[in-house]
Amino acid sequence: MRLEPIARPSAARLFGLPLAALAATLAIGAALVLAAGGAPLAVFGLILEGAAGSRFALLETLNRATPLIFTGLAVAVAFRARLWNIGAEGQLYLGALATAVLGTGALAGWPAAGLLAALARAAAAVGAAALLGPALLKTRLGVDEVVTTLLLNFVILLLVSMLLEGVLKDPRAMGWPQSARLLPEARLPRIVAGLRLHWGFLLALAAALAVWFVEARTAFGYEMRAVGLNARAAAYAGIPVGRVIARTAVLSGGLAALAGFSEVAGLRGNLTLALSPGFGYTGIIVAMLALLHPLGVVLAAVFVAGIFVGADAMSRAAGVPSYIADLLLATALLAMVPALMFTRYRLAWG
Amino acid sequence: MTGQGAATREVLRLEGITRAFGPVRANDGIDFALAEGEIVALLGENGAGKTTLMNILFGHYAADAGRVTVFGRPLPPGRPGAALAAGVGMVHQHFTLADHLTVAENIVLGTVSLWRPGLGLAAAAARIATLARDFGLAVDPAARVGGLSVGERQRVEILKALYRDARILILDEPTAVLTPQESEALFATLRRMVARGLSIIFISHKLKEVLAVADRVVVLRQGRVAGAMATAGTDRARLAELMVGAALPEARIAPAAAPGPAILRLAAVSTAPAGAGPGLAGVDLVLRAGTITAIAGVSGNGQAALAALVAGLARPRAGRLVLDGAEPASWGPRQALAAGIGRIPEDRHREGAVADFDLVENAILERYPALTRAGLLSWRAARRWAGRIIAAYDVRTPSAALPARLLSGGNLQKLILGRVLEAGPRIILACQPSRGLDVGATAFVHGRLVAARDGGAAVLLVSEDLDEILGLADAVHVMSRGRLSPAFRRGQASAADLGLWMSGEAFAEEPHAA
Repeated sequence: MRLEPIARPSAARLFGLPLAALAATLAIGAALVLAAGGAPLAVFGLILEGAAGSRFALLETLNRATPLIFTGLAVAVAFRARLWNIGAEGQLYLGALATAVLGTGALAGWPAAGLLAALARAAAAVGAAALLGPALLKTRLGVDEVVTTLLLNFVILLLVSMLLEGVLKDPRAMGWPQSARLLPEARLPRIVAGLRLHWGFLLALAAALAVWFVEARTAFGYEMRAVGLNARAAAYAGIPVGRVIARTAVLSGGLAALAGFSEVAGLRGNLTLALSPGFGYTGIIVAMLALLHPLGVVLAAVFVAGIFVGADAMSRAAGVPSYIADLLLATALLAMVPALMFTRYRLAWG
Repeated sequence: MTGQGAATREVLRLEGITRAFGPVRANDGIDFALAEGEIVALLGENGAGKTTLMNILFGHYAADAGRVTVFGRPLPPGRPGAALAAGVGMVHQHFTLADHLTVAENIVLGTVSLWRPGLGLAAAAARIATLARDFGLAVDPAARVGGLSVGERQRVEILKALYRDARILILDEPTAVLTPQESEALFATLRRMVARGLSIIFISHKLKEVLAVADRVVVLRQGRVAGAMATAGTDRARLAELMVGAALPEARIAPAAAPGPAILRLAAVSTAPAGAGPGLAGVDLVLRAGTITAIAGVSGNGQAALAALVAGLARPRAGRLVLDGAEPASWGPRQALAAGIGRIPEDRHREGAVADFDLVENAILERYPALTRAGLLSWRAARRWAGRIIAAYDVRTPSAALPARLLSGGNLQKLILGRVLEAGPRIILACQPSRGLDVGATAFVHGRLVAARDGGAAVLLVSEDLDEILGLADAVHVMSRGRLSPAFRRGQASAADLGLWMSGEAFAEEPHAA
């Protein structure tokens, strides 16, 4: 049994298989809902309503999608060059840490625009450095970056925890491990007054466009894709493989850290250990669902965020645990990835 | 060595074996017989048909015609395992052992039923020890294979075959990986085996060994039996001539006009090993404008190291690489390209192209820096460049947006050739440029290389195909164990000469151990 590439996939194959995957996700989800004691159609309706049923719900979904766009882009960019960055969660927290450290008074007196730009840059620089280390270990010494980036997540989380219990602890927080609140000038403004959606979402959209432009139009994007698809041929042709991987790491780590910047400066206003419910890991799902395409990442992030937000609302109304969202996502990923692969390959026997 | 003459029993017979791959007849009516207690050497160049013949014997391919008989019984075609069950064992050139298992575990692997509890290793170890003692194959059954030397691993492979009651043993280039002392020990073992009634097929291209160890020798050339004789009545020169072909093919092209100035010169260059072969060991080579210089030799003798050096993938460890009279300050693929070296890699699928890139993206692999302004790649210029190559080099494709993995080998090679030649190189490194191509594509590639030479380029042709080399080259060197023979001008060397150099026997002394 082996896979054979298909020269020109038919329209039925291109659109039918993803639709079939969606149907399979819903069918398996329905069985799970039944097992949890709910009525599948009602539950799916409630999820849809909770995710997009009102202006408030829709903006909340976009809000939740914002960090996922950043981490999804970070993973997509890295995976494109076969740099397996599993460390977006840690890079996110480092970006958040830089934002909290510099935004709570260290740069007091700066005008808002300059301060926000400085915070974003500082966050991106720290996140980039956090991935550059594992990338250099990979290219110079052959150390597996899956292991190093994954384990660095825990190191970084413990570092943040230590700082929040120590020097960064807000004395007015009544003992809670959280940082002081950001200066008002260090906050990303809201897009619509009174609603929680902030400029971080627009920054995320801009980042997706920028990544798409880099991949499609620049020499660096071409090098990145060549290294990812066939590093040996790339090296033979004179593409500096190690340097390309290092630059990819800087881009990827920076993007993941911007998720932390956006959450702290846009949504929360301070740094706590509850900042991310695993946005870095969910970014991997987002990137895979998007087939690593930067604009697809935006759609996949909104889809994933919608399921989470909708499941929260559904759980309050129908009494089915909101963990159903995780199950639905896992099912969607397991169904969609092979379905998308089979739009380009067919199974051949013998 | 058998001492029993014609009376001995025949254990293996191949009759009229024919197998074609496309237009290439890899085996063409081969007859071959093996008697009990006999060592027969199978001699031939790369591509002579040795491997195909053994694959047919082992059922990996079904022959188009002909039949195989083992111990008087016909072997069903195309059934892997049938030969093993009939008592034929093979020791491959590249070992098939699990490093983290012990010798005994490796030998038992695959012989014990899945349903039986335990491996019965104690009984197996005792039997292995007996076999080892009987045949002089000293190895500790409890040792882990990962810690063994190459010679010891080979003994494990032989024990593996004997443990499975093989009565016929096939050894594929068994001495390629051994030191001379280990080779001597192996020959002693082989003699003990035949003395006990086993039969051995010894695949090799080394004439000296063949004469030393075999009773008879069968020479294959271009898929046919070129000759079969007792080793007692022949000599190296005769075998070399049979192996290479008595009549050298005529050069198919006009010779070069007067050779031009030297562009690239290697002086006593040594390098690290590359690919499956050794590194260069003190190689001297001059590439002149307007000439085709070819490197002949059995594969895995340092050709990969030479190609890597000229392509910019490797640097000399000792000696000098001189370009236009000066040593380049730095050396890499970019520097090689900048110096006007066009590179046609040996493995066009893995080194020459990115399978999932389309033809435009593949066409600019080496050229994209020139199409980039301020970091932005001009796809318009890229498409123009690719379109020019596709048109001028007859790349048959429905569209330039086709992924390269969907191109045939010949069309992919034409794309790579175009990519190289359109850049106007002064030196062209062509590694196995026609391997796997059909007749038409081969002629096309050859024609373009000759045209480039006539246009003043220096062509370095690395090939295992002697016909290709003799048909194109103005000067030929032979490579063996990382060393390079002197240059033979066209018509200067006989087939026997080249064969002797290829088998490594014409070189003055052994190379220094790596």
